[in-house]
Amino acid sequence: MKLLHKYLKPYYVRMLAGFLIKTTGTLSELMLPFILSHILTNVIGKSVKEVILWGGGMIVCSAIACVFNITANRMASKVSRNFAEEMRRDLFEKTLHLSARQTDKFTIPSLESRITTDTYNVHHFVNMMQRLGVRAPILLIGGVAITLIMDAYLSMVMLAMLPLIFVTVYFISSKGVPLYTMVQKSVDAMVRVVREDVHGIRVIKALSKGEYEHRRYDKVNRRLVGNEVKAGVIMSSVNPIMTLFMNLGSVAVVAIGAYRVTDCLSTPETVIAFMQYFTLISMAMMSVTRIFVMYTKSAASAKRIAEVINTEKDIVVQSKENFPDIKTDAHIKFENVNFSYNGKRNNLSNISFQVKKGGSVGIIGATGSGKSTLVKLLLRFYDCDQGAIYINGENIRTIEKKRFCAMFGTVMQQDFLYADTVQENIKFGRSISQETMERATAIAQAEEFIKAFPEGFGHMLSQHGTNISGGQKQRLLIARAVATSPEILVLDDSSSALDYKTDAALRRALKEGLNNTTTVTVAQRVSSVKDCDLIIVLEEGNIIGMGNNEYLMEHCKEYNEIAQSQMGGAFID
Amino acid sequence: MIEKNEKRDYKGIFIRLCGYVLRYWFLFVPAVIITLLSNQLSLLGPKFSGDAIDAIAKVGGVDFDSVYHNVGMMLICYAMAAVLSYVLAVIMLHIGQKIVYTMRREVFEKLTKLPVGYFDTHATGDIISRISYDIDTINSTLSHDLVQIMTSLYTVLGSLVFMWNISKPLIIVFVITVPCAILFTRFRSKTIRPLFSERSRKLGELNGYAEEMLSGSRTISAYEREGEIGERFNTRNADAMDAYYRADYYGCTMGPTVNFINNLSISLVMILGGILYLYSQKGIVPEGTLFFITLGGVAQFVQYSRKFAGPINEFANILSEFQSAFSAAERVFRIIDEAAETPDKENAIHLTNVKGDVSFEKVHFGYVPEKPILKGVSFNAKKGETVAIVGPTGAGKTTIISLLMRFYDTTDGSIRVDGHSVGELTRKSLRGAYTMVLQDTWLFCGTIFDNIAYGRKGATEEEVIEAAKAARIHSYIESLPDGYNTILTDDGINISKGQKQLITIARAMISDSPMLILDEATSNVDSRTEIKIQQAMSELMKGKTSFVIAHRLSTVQNADRIIVLQNGEITEMGTHNELMEKGGFYSSLYNSQFG
Repeated sequence: MKLLHKYLKPYYVRMLAGFLIKTTGTLSELMLPFILSHILTNVIGKSVKEVILWGGGMIVCSAIACVFNITANRMASKVSRNFAEEMRRDLFEKTLHLSARQTDKFTIPSLESRITTDTYNVHHFVNMMQRLGVRAPILLIGGVAITLIMDAYLSMVMLAMLPLIFVTVYFISSKGVPLYTMVQKSVDAMVRVVREDVHGIRVIKALSKGEYEHRRYDKVNRRLVGNEVKAGVIMSSVNPIMTLFMNLGSVAVVAIGAYRVTDCLSTPETVIAFMQYFTLISMAMMSVTRIFVMYTKSAASAKRIAEVINTEKDIVVQSKENFPDIKTDAHIKFENVNFSYNGKRNNLSNISFQVKKGGSVGIIGATGSGKSTLVKLLLRFYDCDQGAIYINGENIRTIEKKRFCAMFGTVMQQDFLYADTVQENIKFGRSISQETMERATAIAQAEEFIKAFPEGFGHMLSQHGTNISGGQKQRLLIARAVATSPEILVLDDSSSALDYKTDAALRRALKEGLNNTTTVTVAQRVSSVKDCDLIIVLEEGNIIGMGNNEYLMEHCKEYNEIAQSQMGGAFID
Repeated sequence: MIEKNEKRDYKGIFIRLCGYVLRYWFLFVPAVIITLLSNQLSLLGPKFSGDAIDAIAKVGGVDFDSVYHNVGMMLICYAMAAVLSYVLAVIMLHIGQKIVYTMRREVFEKLTKLPVGYFDTHATGDIISRISYDIDTINSTLSHDLVQIMTSLYTVLGSLVFMWNISKPLIIVFVITVPCAILFTRFRSKTIRPLFSERSRKLGELNGYAEEMLSGSRTISAYEREGEIGERFNTRNADAMDAYYRADYYGCTMGPTVNFINNLSISLVMILGGILYLYSQKGIVPEGTLFFITLGGVAQFVQYSRKFAGPINEFANILSEFQSAFSAAERVFRIIDEAAETPDKENAIHLTNVKGDVSFEKVHFGYVPEKPILKGVSFNAKKGETVAIVGPTGAGKTTIISLLMRFYDTTDGSIRVDGHSVGELTRKSLRGAYTMVLQDTWLFCGTIFDNIAYGRKGATEEEVIEAAKAARIHSYIESLPDGYNTILTDDGINISKGQKQLITIARAMISDSPMLILDEATSNVDSRTEIKIQQAMSELMKGKTSFVIAHRLSTVQNADRIIVLQNGEITEMGTHNELMEKGGFYSSLYNSQFG
């Protein structure tokens, strides 16, 4: 609940004000029964005027209660609105800043439900707490105070129940929080299946797997419902147990009261009045438990949110002392890099190479040989386990993120297009002039098809760009990458859907248009990398050949094979 | 997106929601009975305690026998009340969860029946928002509130009878104020409803945006766009929160205002009752007439008024909760009511023993009528033939595949399989006749085994391994610590795109469909591996009618028929040699590699 404190802190004053207003409203509403009994016992039967006067008093109190309650509710709503907005904002921002490893650990569906349902749960709780959290304590404290004055001994009998109640409630809620955590986990699983199926709807339909998917969904749906029920069955017991304790207290008061009356320590009238207040206190306790149940549910969610917000960055900028610069004229330099995703088997071993500024590196190798991993290390999605990567002689661990990212233009496999215009997808929120953008699209060979859209750059993409072809997607992504004329251009298998002619034209345009840019190209086709200054052949995470095309053709059997295999196979689109 | 039927039919939604509850009448009816019982018990408890106190206050000393008796009864009552209220809570929980379960299932099953085009225009996150947040919202009000209404009704009617018996004139106060309360809530609801709809919608949009951006978090990070995207998220976040606040701002007036009207009525009853009592006392109103009232009568009437007003107040609160449930329900029902793919014809033929003769006859098609994609495409594919489709990006190659699978229906012309127009066939049998490998690999969260076995019901372990071997992915799978039981998570980092594609190829290999569709099936596989799986692919294609879209000419070259598609029209058709001789688009493409 540290999280709540953190985000509610700025609003404490406002919450206090709302609390006072609500208190006033509640008190004036509590006045009503008093005035009522006053009229019935003292005023009624005397004069019409007095009856109207006191009746008028009741109306005034009601009006005050109404206005104050509305005001307080609105204030509460405002506070919780701001609270939720800020918390969600930070949560989302943090989510974007998570490293690849951390995102993998949380998983996207889970992050998504934290941003949505979990935040909503906490939001709801903060709102309701402010509304319900006033009346109940007032009734409780007021009621207890009055009974204490009336007969401290009997009051103690009743109060003796409170520790029992608190222990029970505490015990139950400590059971409840993990149960609700389970519930939220199964929400994640449910969301995952929906998300997967929406993305894979074509395959599901093609294979007529509708029923299979129904069963798959049914499983997560049932588990979610099961967990909800499990948590609910426990939490539902709070209220009856609590009420039972309170009622037992009242029974004890009556029984003990009887003895006190015989011993002349108390009067029957006190016992009667006592019972009245007892009902009031019980009602208040009921509200308290209601808040409590809500708290339990939201505590589970708050914990999940805090988990993300409190995640320490694992990719941090290191000091130059620990990772000193080296003297080199290479632009990019890999030095004995080893890396493993799971800490067991190396996905990359002993990778060393360098390339000078404006040069080009091609990486080629079988599926799963570690090509993309190498690129991910260069982009510092992960830190390498051993060895180091240098850019301009600086260890990339020491380069501040903003400066680091500004060096790169990147196209990754399965890269990201979103539901917005073509222009927006190229600009990607950066301030890029129309002219620059057009130049980038020309380099990326995207000009022609964009112009062919009736709305040109204003053409709307659907989510994940499903309304354009694979080749068009790749060209848009390349345009995005080259728009800032980056120092380093990383193309991870990003022209695989282009035909031979376009691919060749693209290479030429890149060379001419970005002559100062160092290019790192991952490709399946020899033709895409054969003009590179340096070609690296990877196999199972090891470099098995390195050099230019001629050299590799002669000295690297695998490279030669790849090249041979593609000789007859020109590419057409 | 076309949101049809903008006019909101709240009555319809309400009836429909009640329908969900009533589906579980066997739980709902006991719930109502138990609620009434526990209400009765909660009245009995005070009665016994009253009797006990009477025994204490007895003139001439406390009557301990009576005290003990009543205390005992109290214990029994309270214990029973506790048990009943727990049972009630559990029943309500079950009703609620059953409803939620059913709704989620209905929404989900609908999703799998919607035409694929639906998902191009609806954000995934919004769909998720409906299936999680909106359904939860419905649940949190529906079952609980309906029981509340049922039992409140009982209290209201009961109190009314008593009040009627005590004093008819005093009821006039309620005749005035209750309609006021009703009018007020009705009036308010009109303002509030759209606000609640807005709230649900905005939250859905927010969710949609979050989902989309999260799926691109690596790219956002690589371009250091966290700030910018965060900003944009925030405008939506603020929007959603504003919508929430606005709904709350107006929604939260309902409870206190109706409460005020109730308090006002009690005050008025008090004033009016006081005056009547005064006149009755003074004899201006004679005993036995309509306006006569005693002091006890006034006191009781006030008591019952409070009982009567309580539920009305509750109604108002429930009503504002209902508003949010209604807007949520509307969004949920909209998916459930969305037009599914046109159902199979009544007498649709179930395609069996497929030979694999496919023909396109003057097929016209456009996703939107104004923009035709295919303009009169005709071709034949005989059993066992391989047809390659070639053409520039955007020419409509993938559209042909979508039509083959009947993801869409043609605008004009027809597609025939074994002589049957595809419209006459059941979708299931038609789609079952094809095996499809797409460029966009799709794997779900589950074991590798399950992902491969997905291709055919009841595939054995041997068959799965066989397929994986043929797709050249077996040794990789074996190298994983958990082998075939490795669970593929969402965006499985450890597995490359090429490997994913190989798994989908293995999935295709396991299927025994008579026809094959390969849309850039090996685009992410390196060419050496591709050559290795080529043989298996040829094996797979043997005897099957195959449709191939590929860049690699080697695949295309050996096709029985090559179709060149340009601008939605077939411009060239024939074998490789024929087309080369012809010297058209195809030959220029082919020759471009040498130039």
